[in-house]
Amino acid sequence: MSRMTMREAVSKALWEEMERDEKVFIQGEEVGIWGGTYAVTKGFYDHFGEKRVRDTPIAEAAIVGSAIGAALTGLRPVAELMTINFAFVAMDHIVNEAAKLHYMFGGQFKLPLVIRAVSGGGRQLGATHSQTPDAIFAHFPGLKVVSPGTPADAKGLLKSAIRIDDPVLFIENATLYQTKGEVPDDKDYLEPIGKSKVQREGDDVTIVAYSKMVPAALEAADMLAEDGIEAEVVDLRSLRPLDMEPIIKSFKRTNRAVVAEEGWRSYGVGSEVSARIYELAFDYVDAPVKRVAQAEVPLPYNAELEQLALPQTEDIYHAAKEVIYG
Amino acid sequence: MEKKGYLELYQEMVIIRLVEERSAELYQQGKIGGFLHLYIGQEAVCSGITSVRQPQDRIITAYRDHGWALSAGIDPKNVMAELLGKQDGCSKGKGGSMHMADTEKNFWGGHAIVGAHIPIAAGMALGDVYQGNDDAVTICMFGEGATNIGFFHEGLNLSKVWHLPVLWVCENNIYGMGTTMERASAVSEIRQKAEGYGMPNDRIEGMDVMKIREEVSRVLEKVRKDGGPHLLEVMTYRYRGHSMGDPERYRDKEEVKKWEEVDPIGILRKHILDEEVATEAELDEQDQEAERIVDEAVEFAESSPNPPNEALFENIYVEPTPIEYRGYAMEHESEGR
Amino acid sequence: MAELVTMPKLGFDMAEGTLVRWVKVEGDTVEKGDVIAEIETDKATVEVESSHSGVMVRHLAEEGTALPVNSPIAVLAEKGEEPSEDEINALVEEAGGEPQKKDEEKKERKETVDKEEKPEPAANEKEEPEVEPAGGVRSSPLARRMAEEHDVRLEKVEGSGPQGRVVKKDIETFLDSMREEGRVEEAEAVGKAMQPLTAFSVGEVPEDEVVEMSRLRQAIGRRMQDSNQNSPHFYLTRTFKTGEMMRLRKELNQLLPESEKLSVNDFILKASALALRQYPNLNASLEDDQHIRRHGHVNIGVAVAVEGGLMTVVCKDADQKPIRLIAQEVREMATNAREGKVRSDDIEGSTFSISNLGMYAIDDFTAIINPPESSILAVGAVQNVPVVEEGELAVGSRMKATLSADHRVTDGAEAAEFMGVLANYLEEPLRLML
Repeated sequence: MSRMTMREAVSKALWEEMERDEKVFIQGEEVGIWGGTYAVTKGFYDHFGEKRVRDTPIAEAAIVGSAIGAALTGLRPVAELMTINFAFVAMDHIVNEAAKLHYMFGGQFKLPLVIRAVSGGGRQLGATHSQTPDAIFAHFPGLKVVSPGTPADAKGLLKSAIRIDDPVLFIENATLYQTKGEVPDDKDYLEPIGKSKVQREGDDVTIVAYSKMVPAALEAADMLAEDGIEAEVVDLRSLRPLDMEPIIKSFKRTNRAVVAEEGWRSYGVGSEVSARIYELAFDYVDAPVKRVAQAEVPLPYNAELEQLALPQTEDIYHAAKEVIYG
Repeated sequence: MEKKGYLELYQEMVIIRLVEERSAELYQQGKIGGFLHLYIGQEAVCSGITSVRQPQDRIITAYRDHGWALSAGIDPKNVMAELLGKQDGCSKGKGGSMHMADTEKNFWGGHAIVGAHIPIAAGMALGDVYQGNDDAVTICMFGEGATNIGFFHEGLNLSKVWHLPVLWVCENNIYGMGTTMERASAVSEIRQKAEGYGMPNDRIEGMDVMKIREEVSRVLEKVRKDGGPHLLEVMTYRYRGHSMGDPERYRDKEEVKKWEEVDPIGILRKHILDEEVATEAELDEQDQEAERIVDEAVEFAESSPNPPNEALFENIYVEPTPIEYRGYAMEHESEGR
Repeated sequence: MAELVTMPKLGFDMAEGTLVRWVKVEGDTVEKGDVIAEIETDKATVEVESSHSGVMVRHLAEEGTALPVNSPIAVLAEKGEEPSEDEINALVEEAGGEPQKKDEEKKERKETVDKEEKPEPAANEKEEPEVEPAGGVRSSPLARRMAEEHDVRLEKVEGSGPQGRVVKKDIETFLDSMREEGRVEEAEAVGKAMQPLTAFSVGEVPEDEVVEMSRLRQAIGRRMQDSNQNSPHFYLTRTFKTGEMMRLRKELNQLLPESEKLSVNDFILKASALALRQYPNLNASLEDDQHIRRHGHVNIGVAVAVEGGLMTVVCKDADQKPIRLIAQEVREMATNAREGKVRSDDIEGSTFSISNLGMYAIDDFTAIINPPESSILAVGAVQNVPVVEEGELAVGSRMKATLSADHRVTDGAEAAEFMGVLANYLEEPLRLML
């Protein structure tokens, strides 16, 4: 067990998988000589060489498209999109090609590729560089969408994503890169894709979160504990497939839930989780499910306005108090 | 080429023509749904290229793919079954006209989004280079209309920058759906776009299968030896509309008639007879054999069963993964919607 | 063989096409590939080519008609063939179409345009009133479920949620307070006993008050004394399982308007009446020292508290009346009694009486027989109490009733059997419907 940042955990996962399997390679903008714009692949180029750590032109459709082609020949590419905002340029290849080729040709094509992208706002990068459109990608059957909230999950989930034969969109969060956590040293430490995890136990209210909202939810849970309210925090970890079991199990005890996400509320992850809670546990509902999300505005540059729009720990705390009628 | 080779080549082109004609009929009867893009008139290109490719060369094309599917070696029975959406189709009835493939024959489809397969082709070539398959070439077909979309530029650029062994084949049939090149492309010859990428390029006529064989053999070996990409513009023509239902307002019948006079099957036939490789009777025999094969294929396809309901949920993922939602009827096992 | 030419599918979403113009007329020779007609779709007008050679023998569709894809539009025959009318009709019928008549008899199919009178949308002048939640009480699904499980009426619970929503916390609070109510009085009493004795002098004390007895009070006094002294009473108490009766009552009451809802007593009344049929000694009066008059009618008297005393209103022939009627009659008579408007007919002629103090939370009590009757049933409250079922502790709905009977007319065993039969009726209340 070692204590490390999420950035280190992601980096370690990539390094270990590259060592383990020659078929794994990385390609993206500035991943090689620069060492990655978030320093995740720092040192990789010198160690693994230019064949396996490939700098690409600024051409997202080609980055994802050629990763698909390489995957078809039996390789296991990890394509990096500098931020998920640039994924729209490769939208066709992510949702029309990667998600569908296996199905359309009756199972003949295997696409064991991973697309890594950084999501989220809060660094004054302006509206087009600060989005959290995770829910859009989770909409498509055929794709798997994973987004860890802790360093240990980042390592275990990324390793799983690389090892499975399905295309995975692996969404990281820039502001989470420096969060620290305990991470197992085992080179075969894997976390299952498509399984939610209870990160904190409690009987009074269920807080569902993922990615950046996980540390926020845990902080809110500490605040609630001071008020004598014990919150259970369930980390989705995967958006598709979506595992509702721990959430429903929790909800049947607590009878109330808050769902927190960094993206916009309308048509977001919270919408899906709420709908499923009502479908699966209607008789246990004591209060309407509350969704904590970003204000429905393009994110502005000004720091205070930006933070005003983004969901904060306090928002989760207040929402929890609301559903408890306390 | 031996006589046998000529006869096989001839028969293949006739089979393709007949499959396309029968498909048109079946479409009008409502038995084929969706879109149907016919390859009639372009047979020389697919038969010519596939007859000179090596087994390790990968073929990938856009949606006008029936000819490519057949010449790559997929049995006409499975092609026809796929068109009818039956479970014996080469894509198990899940793809349809635009999504035929057979990875064992190194035929990678059948792609419907214009130009999207171009970066994928670059990736396949990358895969071969990476894994040391030094003598494999990826042969990627696309229409001239696809050379204006972003994917084309990203794909070609990448293939040049990374020195990937891709033979980019532009099947220039003059009309991108209903739009001529002059109205859609900044340059009048597609090969000029390759110039923009510093990529070697050629432009050849596409109605004579023997000429295509000669030229493509030459270019293929060059790509195989040098390892870098090459663009080949092939001038061809489709006798039918873009797809079924195309009112063809963009061209007049005279033009079509003119091109029909340079029918690729007719050209090959004449060549075989002129060179005295085979007799008229032997060629007629090939015609009849082709008819029989296609009739059998249609019969096979029509009697092949529809895929079962459960097939809806197969091959979404490779790993066993729970289905999020099976649709209202299946979840409630309701009888009769 | 003649063949049908059908409306071709010319586009992936084409459902029907219009035959704009016939290019090959009846009698024309057709070669494979010749244009035979022009067909208009949503998108364009297309020239349709023939896939066979032959002779255009018959048009089956007129220029200008719209037909669904696959409908027959013409008949193509081989050169030299002249198919008959019947043959053509057979072909068409086989294809699922309607056989066509010859030119002169062909009726033009006029397309009738459906004139749908669309009503004018009513202008929304007044605001939509807010729809109240069903049942009138705002409550969470969980609270509703808990209320039902604990037999709590939602209207009685105060809601602490937004807009007065009743939530889990409120039901829990309500249940706690119900449990504690008993204990509160205890606590007060204990408190009194615990007051320290200090120097104490009596304050002002009111004068004695002498109150005149009403005529009713006097009459009751006389009768009760007479009964108590002269009738040798004996008493039997039995516990009844009231779960089924309460459930049935609830179900039935859902079907009834507010003013006609059935009370627990209505059930007891009917059950008693049916049981009395089998035990006529309990529905009897002492005639003289040697004779008992077993009454033909079963008239059940119900004790009603009125100002200044007690009255018994009588439901005549209760064994024959449906519960709904019993309820209605008793309700009316009781109301009249309370308002002092009762008719003498309503308070006379009872052959058996029931007194119910259940609404005062009395567990059980003994009543004095109303002369000249020979028995009376004293009914206590229906309560959820701990019970033993199959060796395990459970919660059950129970009610105690005590029968007072005149030992000159009946004895213990018979009275006990009566109670047993009464129990059968109350515990399997569907029998009351038969």
